[in-house]
Amino acid sequence: MSFMPVILWSDALVFLLLAAGISGAWYVRRREHLLLPWRRVAQSATAMVSLAVLSLFFAVGLLDTLHYRVALPEKNGSASVYSPEVLSVFDKLVTPLRTQTEKTYSAPLAVTLHAKESISDAQGRVLRDYPRLRYGGAHLADVSQRDGDVLWRGFKGAMGGLVVGVLIAGITSLLRMQNLDGNNPPQSPLVRGNARTPPLTRGGWEGLAHLKKYIDSNYALIIAFIIIAALIGATASLASVYHVLGTDKVGQDVLYLSLKSIRTGLIIGTVTTLVTLPLALLLGIAAGYLRGWVDDVIQYVYTVLSSIPSVLLIAAAVLMMQVTIDTHPEWFDTAASRADLRLVFLCLILGMTSWTGLCRLLRGETLKLREQEYILAAQAFGVSTLGILARHIVPNVMHIILIALVMDFSALVLAEAVLSYVGVGVDPSMISFGTMINAARLEMGREPMVWWALAAAFGFMLALVLAANLFADAVRDAFDPRLNRSEGTA
Amino acid sequence: MFGNPMFARTILKLMIAYLIRRILYAIPILIGVNLLTFALFFVVNTPDDMARMQLGIKRVTPEAIEKWKQQRGYDKPLLLNSAASGAGKLTDTIFWQKSASMFVLDFGYSDDGRSIAREIAQRMGPSLAIALPTFLIGLVVYVSFALLMTLFRATALDIAGVALCVLLMSVSGLFYIIGGQFVVSKLWHLVPISGYDGGIGGFRFVVLPVVIGVIGSVGSSSRWYRTIFLEESGKDYVRTARAKGLSELRVLFSHVLKNAMIPILTGVVVVIPLLFMGSLLTESFFGIPGLGSYTIDAINAQDFSVVRAMVFLGSLLYIVGLILTDVSYTVVDPRVRLS
Repeated sequence: MSFMPVILWSDALVFLLLAAGISGAWYVRRREHLLLPWRRVAQSATAMVSLAVLSLFFAVGLLDTLHYRVALPEKNGSASVYSPEVLSVFDKLVTPLRTQTEKTYSAPLAVTLHAKESISDAQGRVLRDYPRLRYGGAHLADVSQRDGDVLWRGFKGAMGGLVVGVLIAGITSLLRMQNLDGNNPPQSPLVRGNARTPPLTRGGWEGLAHLKKYIDSNYALIIAFIIIAALIGATASLASVYHVLGTDKVGQDVLYLSLKSIRTGLIIGTVTTLVTLPLALLLGIAAGYLRGWVDDVIQYVYTVLSSIPSVLLIAAAVLMMQVTIDTHPEWFDTAASRADLRLVFLCLILGMTSWTGLCRLLRGETLKLREQEYILAAQAFGVSTLGILARHIVPNVMHIILIALVMDFSALVLAEAVLSYVGVGVDPSMISFGTMINAARLEMGREPMVWWALAAAFGFMLALVLAANLFADAVRDAFDPRLNRSEGTA
Repeated sequence: MFGNPMFARTILKLMIAYLIRRILYAIPILIGVNLLTFALFFVVNTPDDMARMQLGIKRVTPEAIEKWKQQRGYDKPLLLNSAASGAGKLTDTIFWQKSASMFVLDFGYSDDGRSIAREIAQRMGPSLAIALPTFLIGLVVYVSFALLMTLFRATALDIAGVALCVLLMSVSGLFYIIGGQFVVSKLWHLVPISGYDGGIGGFRFVVLPVVIGVIGSVGSSSRWYRTIFLEESGKDYVRTARAKGLSELRVLFSHVLKNAMIPILTGVVVVIPLLFMGSLLTESFFGIPGLGSYTIDAINAQDFSVVRAMVFLGSLLYIVGLILTDVSYTVVDPRVRLS
């Protein structure tokens, strides 16, 4: 089956961010002084565990970013036509989840629908009972076998995940140990600051002792990794024949919806920085360094923008964007590209409204920096303004930018849900935590109650935002020079 | 010296001059906001686009668009009316009648023909009935919680408190509302799920939104106050106070809390005027007829004149908050000069 790769606007921006991130990491890797704060982050067990969870989310999001369109069966030699449906590699991987839709609500791991219906049995009599699901537990001959089957499959999957997790953890531990050349030791909490881990001496008990030391210093990460692997294993094993988190009103699998929501949340949280970062950086250091009328103008602009309550400004801008999109249907070839452009615009709008805080911080810091002796020296030597900004100011405000970016991420993910609820978020056809909550908010009032869609959306959001918050805290602690590390502040 | 009436009069004079100067600074900002909303609502999309969108893209005739524009007064030129004479060249335009008029709080009419200014006046009360108690109770709760964590800093209690804060701030605000309504109203039947009533009878409608509002930002706010207190308590004067033999509680209340007032005021005073605007989420979930639900309804009905009015009102109140913040500095900190 042939297919055509599709790069939506948001995909392109994600690739751009990815490239920037990788080149940034490459740059930092070769400079010891830049690497040092990251070492401090790596020492924190919480940070590493949250990073593991975050990378899982990012992996799903990235797979969901590789889009393509499948070619429709050709009609006698005409030019190949592609399906209007835009799929992603992630969709392909979880095809059963996507295609096996039921009629309507069904509870997590259920084998029957959530409400009774009239069904006719083999003798043609009509009775009211819970009808069996089309896919969920369809392999079972009888409903009563479900509990045993769920336990057995869950156990099998968890064990499989466990084995894989232990194997991967073991191999990476060994590999990382091999790489320790004394030049580059992992500084565990046990050996903080002083004692460097000696390089691995080959073989024998000494090697094992090193392995034990490595595991001791990383046990939180290793255990978290193995637990996550077991969870994924159990879920995957169950998801092949059940709806692990139930189905929603139109019978779509809630697990699938939750996983698809991840990409939307991540894009809102990351692509927005593409707007805030250049604006805040350029304007902030220009205002702080150049002073005078430039400073006045930039201060005026950000005071005006920040004086409008952000929800209202976002609402106004999104309403206007809706008008533009609705009056120009000819811009979009698929529904997905339309929803996608709306997402990109939303990021743009969020960025336009949220750069002011960072800009103010950077201006203040630059005001302080420009009075420093090394800047005065550079000025005296006749270094150009641009040169001073690029060589001295920007590197010295980088920590503020980094802290602000990681701290903003979780706020943006949470904001998406609220904005979508208010009606100024992502396109209603785009799967996101906000649209899931919006669709499910009246379900708590149903009899019998339908709780799983809400629970899934809130649960996934909590996992993502909590991991992001914990990681952000570790990054802030590691990079903030003002922090008094001896005080033991969390 | 402070009893001297001459001195008091001088202070008052300085204060008034200071206030006037601050208000004069605020005017250009409001003009900026006004121009921005004008550009957003009338230049990005022309009134024709809005008419087409609201009347439905498919079946729309030029006459229908003209009628729609005429009903709302959008059938004039944007900035300069060359057909009119004299001052009419400027005043008989969309900018003058729809945007500049907001400076005298003339917000025009909503799509269902009601005066927006009157709606705002009526709806401020219910908004305030929720927002003010939430603000006051919240302030007390957050500051006490933060003081408690500061008192027990670097102990297991502090760590647990911070962990709780991080957990609470990682939960979506929607969850608190949906979960709270479900547990308190639906399971326990303690208070009605939604609704509003003036006077004493309204109490039962107000309790739940206020409690949820307070809980909703316990995490981020307490943590923020804790950071402020910790920063203060690391300073030299606190060490001196401890060295004098003052009890830790005494140090906390009469030194740390007092000196943390400046950063606290910076964050707190500015939101007081914005309390009038209410909260979008709380009001729409609890059916409170305040400004928040007014805004949400307007967004859903795409009533642009209401949204425009709320944007202007919001920034007006924010700027009032900024001025109040500056005034409050001069009250709590004698070092801040009035010049």
